[in-house]
Amino acid sequence: MSRLAAFARSDFLYRFRRDPVALISFIVLSALVAAAVLAPLIAPQNPYDQMQIDIMNSEIPPAWQDEADPRFVLGTDHMGRDMYSTILYGMGISLVIGVSAVLLQAMIGVSIGLVAGYLGGRIDAFFMRLADIQLSLSTLMVAIIALAVFQAAFGSELYEELAIVMLILVIGIAEWPQYARTVRASVLAERQKEYVDAARVIGFGSGRIMWRHILPNTMSPILVISTVQIANAIISEAALSFLGLGMPVTMPSLGSLIRSGFEYIFSGAWWITIVPSIVLIVLILVINLLGDWLRDALNPKLYKET
Amino acid sequence: MALLEVKGLEVTFPTRDGVLQALRGVDFDLEAGDRLGIVGESGAGKSMAAFAILNLISEPGRIAAGRILFEGQDLVSMSAAGLRAIRGNRIAMIFQDPMMTLNPVLTVGRQMVEALQAHQKIGFSDAKARSIEKLREVAVPSPESRFDAYPHELSGGLRQRVVIAIALLTDPAIIIADEPTTALDVTIQAEILALLLELCANRKVGLILITHDLAVVSQVTERIIVLYAGRIVEAGRTGAVIARPRHPYTMGLIEALPEQNSPGQPLNQIPGRMPSLDAVPDGCAFNPRCAHATERCRRDRPDLQAVGESFAACHEAQQLAVGPDPS
Amino acid sequence: MKPVDYLSFLLQRLAQAVVVMFVLSIIGFSIQDKLGDPLRELVGQSVSEAERQALRDRMGLNDPFLVQYGRFLTKAVQGDLGQSYFFKKPALSVIVDKFPATFELVLGATLIIVLVSVPVGVYCAINPTGILSRAVMVFSIVGISIPVFLTAIFAIYIFSVELGWMPSFGRGETVEMPWGWKTGFLTADGLHHLVLPSIALSSIMLPLFIRLIRGEMMEILRTEYVRYAWAKGLSPWRIWFLHAFKNTLLPVVTVGGVQIGTLIAYTILTETVFQWPGMGFLFLEAVNRVDTPLIIAYIIVVGLIFVITNTVVDLIYTMINPMVKLTGATR
Repeated sequence: MSRLAAFARSDFLYRFRRDPVALISFIVLSALVAAAVLAPLIAPQNPYDQMQIDIMNSEIPPAWQDEADPRFVLGTDHMGRDMYSTILYGMGISLVIGVSAVLLQAMIGVSIGLVAGYLGGRIDAFFMRLADIQLSLSTLMVAIIALAVFQAAFGSELYEELAIVMLILVIGIAEWPQYARTVRASVLAERQKEYVDAARVIGFGSGRIMWRHILPNTMSPILVISTVQIANAIISEAALSFLGLGMPVTMPSLGSLIRSGFEYIFSGAWWITIVPSIVLIVLILVINLLGDWLRDALNPKLYKET
Repeated sequence: MALLEVKGLEVTFPTRDGVLQALRGVDFDLEAGDRLGIVGESGAGKSMAAFAILNLISEPGRIAAGRILFEGQDLVSMSAAGLRAIRGNRIAMIFQDPMMTLNPVLTVGRQMVEALQAHQKIGFSDAKARSIEKLREVAVPSPESRFDAYPHELSGGLRQRVVIAIALLTDPAIIIADEPTTALDVTIQAEILALLLELCANRKVGLILITHDLAVVSQVTERIIVLYAGRIVEAGRTGAVIARPRHPYTMGLIEALPEQNSPGQPLNQIPGRMPSLDAVPDGCAFNPRCAHATERCRRDRPDLQAVGESFAACHEAQQLAVGPDPS
Repeated sequence: MKPVDYLSFLLQRLAQAVVVMFVLSIIGFSIQDKLGDPLRELVGQSVSEAERQALRDRMGLNDPFLVQYGRFLTKAVQGDLGQSYFFKKPALSVIVDKFPATFELVLGATLIIVLVSVPVGVYCAINPTGILSRAVMVFSIVGISIPVFLTAIFAIYIFSVELGWMPSFGRGETVEMPWGWKTGFLTADGLHHLVLPSIALSSIMLPLFIRLIRGEMMEILRTEYVRYAWAKGLSPWRIWFLHAFKNTLLPVVTVGGVQIGTLIAYTILTETVFQWPGMGFLFLEAVNRVDTPLIIAYIIVVGLIFVITNTVVDLIYTMINPMVKLTGATR
């Protein structure tokens, strides 16, 4: 049976279809991701293109209020940008940073976890000590300090250009211990099993054993923490951007949008902050819900609810 | 009327695939000062019987039917407050592994004093004095310093002595001991058993001893019941049952004891395994493993009948009894 | 636990603290070295290059790295972390001045977290299938999904802008205590201002701890020693709140300890939204102004706080868990 067919008939998919929460979360998430990916095509306006923005259009309320403009469904922000378009693009940036940071974390963390778990001894002790220290430091705190220093060092303009990369790097490097620990625990368990001995007897090298044989069996916990990590990365990026240490106003992620709109809730233009906030919350919520479901589905014994 | 009467006890627990029966109608009595052993393999339901008496079956298991009369009152239908007055007070329990039984973050002394204070109006210093005295009775050396110790600072044997001391603190009428020596070293086992025997015999405290170990049961008890797949298959005086077992399962158990076998020969085993709770055979639950099984055994479930000095739930028991003495 | 054990523990921790602060000081100094130009603040544009160099020499800015670092360290140990460019006052005193505000905010949030998560978590553990428990679990997953600053923003929007019940910025009236600590707890206005920020700050930790307490306690309620406690006929309250809960405290304290760093980060966010005049807000402004000495001072102060609170948490943990020796064996 082909892998796809096996998957389609599997228990996993069956349980997924039966759980309304998981299903709705997945649909919503797909819709949001699709919207973000297709943003250049479906957005009425390109918010980065100065030509398309007219400051005279600023602070127009969303469609269901008086004084709205039918061109701008969700209103406009203080610079005259269409909220709907800016949110689409912003969501895209948030997602890109979130996923890329997690990919980075995973690459570093999984490699270290595999090596530490498989080789053991002093290498293991060293990396785990490092991981312990890093875990006891708050990611957000370290990120704030690192980015603050970089921003002060590079100056605002250079920083704006590098922001996306810096964010990915900082969030990515800060969180590798999570992956390392998870993978290492799996590796330690798998290492005892017979197929590892068999592979060694056949003569496969450590590297090959680690990557081709052990790693596939550790995928399940990796998947589970990945969803949580993506949600956390998105939250971290939003917080950093909100503080002004992340994406700049000219190329805003949801966090920076919220930042620029914040002062306007006092003067009545609530939508500039509130609408992107709601979008952000929904995005994080569905990722968390899916993550919860995934965790229960893949490991019913380890993570039992009642 | 006996001190404790268990009638028709049924314990079930629901699973995704249906309701499993751990105990299927068990009856036994205990008089004051009696020492009763409940014997069986793991999974036979003997621990269930012990926990059921004080209604300590962990959810989702429950007592589905039956009555448990203690001094005339039914414990199954008793209120929570009523049960609380009996637990640890009139009926005390000793669990299997003392490391798991004692709370690791509380001192031994605290756990003893609270057992007293839960049931009597007694101040801390009086309770402490009583506790230390009890520790001395169960031969715990330097009881004053042990009082302030934490469970992990004591050896396994000492811990079990503490648990026994706690059981005795309130002068209970009955002590239920669930595999009290299984988790201990062999050398300590004998000491603990001797201690239990002496304490119960001297004070006329009833004892229900749950174990899979026939040697243990023969040392301490006066009567035993043998459980198989949730039912009693044999009951009688300990000496009689062990010397002259009437049920093929009991016979098998005794044959399998290393002492019964000649050196150099393979051990006598009972073929097969006890059925899991969801696959109990019709008729006599033991029939697939029984050398003497007949058609009738596969159809009708045998009730307990008198055979010789004991009772056995076996259609063929009378026949087998007439034959040569198996031991 | 003997006093001598506590002493050796504290000494060990002191040694670790010194190492950490040392590392921080190196990082701090390196940052200062590369970042910002003290000269820029002192003199105008029209000073010639030669004069600048002379000034740098006089200020010791052209000395080798180690020499400069040594100077930095000696001054730091005496509490002199340089002058804030913006405030023209010693950086350390500027920060310490704002400490009470942040501390009271954290205190408020901690009170909320402890007073709410414990009963709710314990209740959900005892009745996991009840409607209330399920509702709590739903709220907690929503709560975890809302970042701290958004809770703050929504709180302001709903309770301040729309309903007008709560103030939206600042600390309100404070009372100065004899030793210089300005507190907001002693005035109604101060307390009024404390409400929304404390709630916002606690908002993400609260569901975390509720879930944690619920999860751990449910595990513990299934243990043999809890069953044994029931067998002894103890009252349910004693079983839940002494036998079970004391064991639940262990992992909760451990997690709590780790969350302290995150909590400090969250104060920066919360203070920014509420314009709460604490250290976090000060730090962010310092970043915007590139007020390097202040930035360094903040990093070092936060590092110190972090080390102290971790030590306290470890101490508490050892007091609760008798199986662990203070020297850190068995964890």
